[in-house]
Order: sequence, then C-alpha cells, then structure tokens
Amino acid sequence: MEGEFEGYGGRHVPEPLEEPLAQLAAAYEEVVPSEEFQEEFQYYLKHYGGRPTPVFYAETLSERWGADIYFKHEDLLHGGAHKLNNTLGQALLAKKAGKERLIAETGAGQHGTATAMVGALLDIPVKVYMGRKDIERQEMNVFRMRLLGAEVEEVTRGNEKLAEAVDAALEDFAENMDDTHYLVGSAVGPDPFPRMVREFQSVIGREAREQVQELHGDLPDACVACVGGGSNAIGLFHAFKDDDVMFYGAEPGGTDDQHHSAPLAKSELDEPEIFQGAKTQVIDDDTENHSVSAGLDYPAVGPEHAALQELGRAEYHAITDEEALDAFKEMSRAEGIIPALEPSHAIALAKKLAEEDRHDTLLVNLCGRGDKDMQTAAEKFDLS
Amino acid sequence: MSLEASFADEPAFVPYLAAGDPDYESSLAYVEALARGGADAIELGLPFSEPIAEGSTIQEAIVRALEAGMTVDRYFEFVADLDVDVPLVCMTYYNLIYQYGDEQGPRPFVRKAAEVGLSGFVVPDLPAEEAGPLRDACDEFGLDLVFIVAPTTEGERLERMREQVSGYVYVQARLGTTGARDEVSDYTERSLARIEDWDVPKAVGFGIKSGDHAERIVSAGADGIIVGSALVDIVAEGHENDDATEEVAQRLEDKARELKQGALRGAGDRPRVE
Repeated sequence: MEGEFEGYGGRHVPEPLEEPLAQLAAAYEEVVPSEEFQEEFQYYLKHYGGRPTPVFYAETLSERWGADIYFKHEDLLHGGAHKLNNTLGQALLAKKAGKERLIAETGAGQHGTATAMVGALLDIPVKVYMGRKDIERQEMNVFRMRLLGAEVEEVTRGNEKLAEAVDAALEDFAENMDDTHYLVGSAVGPDPFPRMVREFQSVIGREAREQVQELHGDLPDACVACVGGGSNAIGLFHAFKDDDVMFYGAEPGGTDDQHHSAPLAKSELDEPEIFQGAKTQVIDDDTENHSVSAGLDYPAVGPEHAALQELGRAEYHAITDEEALDAFKEMSRAEGIIPALEPSHAIALAKKLAEEDRHDTLLVNLCGRGDKDMQTAAEKFDLS
Repeated sequence: MSLEASFADEPAFVPYLAAGDPDYESSLAYVEALARGGADAIELGLPFSEPIAEGSTIQEAIVRALEAGMTVDRYFEFVADLDVDVPLVCMTYYNLIYQYGDEQGPRPFVRKAAEVGLSGFVVPDLPAEEAGPLRDACDEFGLDLVFIVAPTTEGERLERMREQVSGYVYVQARLGTTGARDEVSDYTERSLARIEDWDVPKAVGFGIKSGDHAERIVSAGADGIIVGSALVDIVAEGHENDDATEEVAQRLEDKARELKQGALRGAGDRPRVE
C-alpha cells in the first residue's frame, strides 16, 4: 500500500479525516508530477528560496577530525532552514487543489514561520496552532509569524505543546476540509504526509549528490543528518538510496536515559506504536520527551526512518545536549558558521564517526542556522 | 444482553463517559447514574494519551482521567467493578488494543475485555481495511465491533465497514469532532439514507445535547442516539465547582432521562409503516 514503509506508516485516523486525506493523496499524485507544477515549484525554489544551496568543504574540521567533511548549506535557504522546501511545495499544491486557507502546527515556530512566509508570498491566509508553553518560550517566532500576516492560535489543552498543536490542527482540518489544507511540518503523521514531505525535501539530496561529486570526485561514504520528525534527513538520504552510501541519523539524546527524544537510538524497539496517525517508533512511557533543541523535541519519528533502521539501511545514534552544544561552538569557531542546535547534533555525530575512522568522506546536512539559538548559547557560553 | 438487542424494542439511548473521569470512584457512580437514567448501552472511554481529533471537551476528560491514574489494567478493574446491567462498549484507540499483552495483535486485549464483561468496541482510528485482526478476535470471544460512518464516508470504505460491522453502526451526524452543538445537523437524514439497508441498528451521534435534539434525530429515522460531550460537560462542571459526587450523579441521571424521553418521543413522531 502507498504510504507504508516495511509495516510502518499508513493512515490511522478517525473516519472524518479519512476523506480529506484520501483527497489530498489523490491531488498529490496527480498534481506534483505535472510539468506545470514542477516548473512553478522550481521557479520559486530558485528565485524566492535561493536554491541551489551550495555544498561546502570544511577544511579545518576535516583536518582536525581525520575525514573529509562536506556540509550541505541548507541554512542558506530563505528563512534560515530547510523548512521552506516543504511549505512552498505544499502551499503550491494546495493552491492548485483549490484550497483557500492554510493551517499548520508549530513547536519552536520555525515551520510556522516558513508557512507564514509562503502564505504571504502566495496570498493565502494562514492560521498556525501553537501550544501555550511554546508560545511563551518562542516569543520571537510568534512575532515573526504575526508580522508575516499569520494568525497564531494558542492551544491550551493537555500539555500545551507540539502534540496538542497537531491535534488542534487536525480538528480544524476535519471541520474545514473543503477549503483548507493542513500543511504538516515534518515527514510524520498519516499518509500522504510522510511521502509528500519527503518528495518536497528530496531536492536537498539531489543537489548535494551532484555537488559532492563535483567537489570531491566521488560520492560520499555516508550521509549524516539530525532526526526529530526527520524531514531534513529523509530529504538528504533519499537521493542516495540506491548508492553504496550509509545513512546516519542523529537523534536528540537529551540529558540522560529518562530525558530524551530518541525513539530509535535509545528506546526499546518492539512493535511499532500508532502515534498521530501512523505506525512508528515512540519513546518509552517512562521517558520524558526532552531536547535542548526545540526542533527535535518530538517523542516519535517519521515512519520511514523506523523502516530504514529495521532494514539496516540507516543507523540512528543519540547525541546528548552537551555534545550538541560543544559541536555548535566548535563549528562556529572552526568554520565561521553558526549552526542551529538541531544540525549541531548531526555535526557531533559526524565528529564521532570521523574520529572512530568509520568513514573517509561524510556529507552532513546543515539544515538551519543558529540565530534563533543565541539566547541558549549566550547562557551556556557566558557571552553577555 | 447483546448490543443489538439494546435497540430492539424502542430507540436506544447510548451515552459516553471517559472511565475514571475525574476519578475512579466518582466515575463509577456517574456511569451507574446513566444506567439508572435509562441508558440502553454505554460507551465507556478508555483514555489514551494521544487521541486524534477529539474535541476539547472529550480531550479534557481524557486528561483528567489519566491524571487520576487511569490505565488499561485499571480500566478492566473499573468495568468489573461497575454495577450496571446494560452492555458496555469500550471506546478507545487502536494503539492500546494492539499493544496489550504478550502476544502480538489485538487478541489478548479482546480476551481480557470478554472476561470482564465488555460487549464490544468502537475504535475511531482503526480503518476498516485494517480491522481484520480485531474483527477475528471479536468473533472468537463473542464481542461486537462498531464502526463510525462519517458524512464523508463513501465507496470502498463504506462497503468495508458494512462487511465487518456488528452491534450497531455509529453514524456521525455532522462534520468535525465531538462537541455539543445547538443545532442538529442536516447531515442526519442523508447519512442514514446511505446506510438504510444495513442490517444493524443505526445510532446517531455528535452534537446531541437535549431531549429535543434526541427527538428530532429519532424522528428522522435513527434507531438510537449517542451522547458524549453534553454529559462530559456535566462531569467537568461538577469537578470544577467541587460539587459532591451524588449531586453530579443526580444531574447525569436527570440528563439521561431527558435524552431517553426525547428519543422515545421521537419514535412516536415517526410515521407508522404498515
């Protein structure tokens, strides 16, 4: 069945959501491959988003760690992260499907901001659901979304975080399916979202695959990316799926075994659970969902990553808050690039792989820039 | 008594409450009050920490119940402790059903459900095309499997439900999620028409909050009514105001009686078929 990955994924939703999702899947299959859609999508990616983003050879880190390290510069995409690839693709699809309204969930506010950007660009009203606790701790992104013209709806139920924001958005979607598109932010949730988000993000890997060969003369030995829901990672990996290139996902290991968001690397792997509409792996019940990076602070993982791990195609490793912060600083000092805390997990994992001599050439997805994390950095590194 | 038999002589009133909301003991009293008020079957929610697309009323009930310590094992105790003589239907999410027990799949959960005396299941996030294993387990242990038909359910999904449904079919009368509404939806008649020739009773839910609503829905052809949010609201209000359990139970019993009487009036309004 479409949307299933080795028994993971699928569409496990209440009946009122079945029809809008089936319609979305049909629209996706019909519209996205069309020349007209692709032309428009590529146009905006290039002229609005700034694609292609370059691949950068990190000389200092390569020498220091003993392996060739290449970074895919997704932090240079408009908005400062890879999120725009997906929001642009889905918003254009929504427009073609006759939808007049976009809704989105957001945790840290990055996806909400990228949705607000395309809403302004394409003149589609946007409503973003955000938990009360996230609104409190990510005020700057709330301001950005409002400045861009989006309505930010505070979600006060349950734990008042990302999971409840998803739920509120799904409810809105069920009630307003006729004119509304639910723009999901990662490769998670019920079909068709995981395969659709992968499709829109796979431009990352397609570009990088050529660029690395140009610079390096060959394919990399491995690709490394951080994994929360896992959209930037699947976007990088997908183009290399038939190559002899190993995949590594850096999951947020948090502070200890009871506080992390690393379902693949750290939790007991048993039968998949059904979480937010898909079969996937979820952190254990006795674990508190935690990461220093808000963008990875998610208790489950995109279903395709669970499948890639089960197949042995990809390995997932936990990187602690501390290791990520160290990588954040090392990258800034060595290469003059301030990465977001999310890809700092990938950088830390690349360092380990290089120092353990696992591979000679590593391609790392630098999926976002670190401006948003300066407050955390200032406290941690005593910058004020 | 079987689920289907609850609908046999007169329109059935099927209330919903989340088990353990706001605490174990009060919740027992509330469910028993509904039975006294005239419930013909009861949908008893087993709280799941990650419900999808539940209205905030039900969502908050689930949070209260979980915070008060409700778990799958406590739920089974709860059912065993209940002193009611109407069929009980377990309403929950599939994750809890298929994660339960040592053996893979839904069988251990269904076996345990049968042991404690449950009569059937409603599983909102289980697509009919994936319901095979649960249907088989229900057949093995003699339980019913209820499906929810939404206004948008058509074609193959509708057909698959028809093949597997037993007990009754839960007809969702309005787009959207559970929440007490002031108006009874136009969708009712249309939804009923689509499943007219199904050979199970048709119970209509979502948005019913008064005896008048109940009457109109039954007179439009429903074999029964399902009421959740309007009852959960009473529990929530009692909890917020710190009202005595007996008082809240009395309000629930009165509301149940109003709804049941409304349904009975609706049956009287219906044109007689000779």
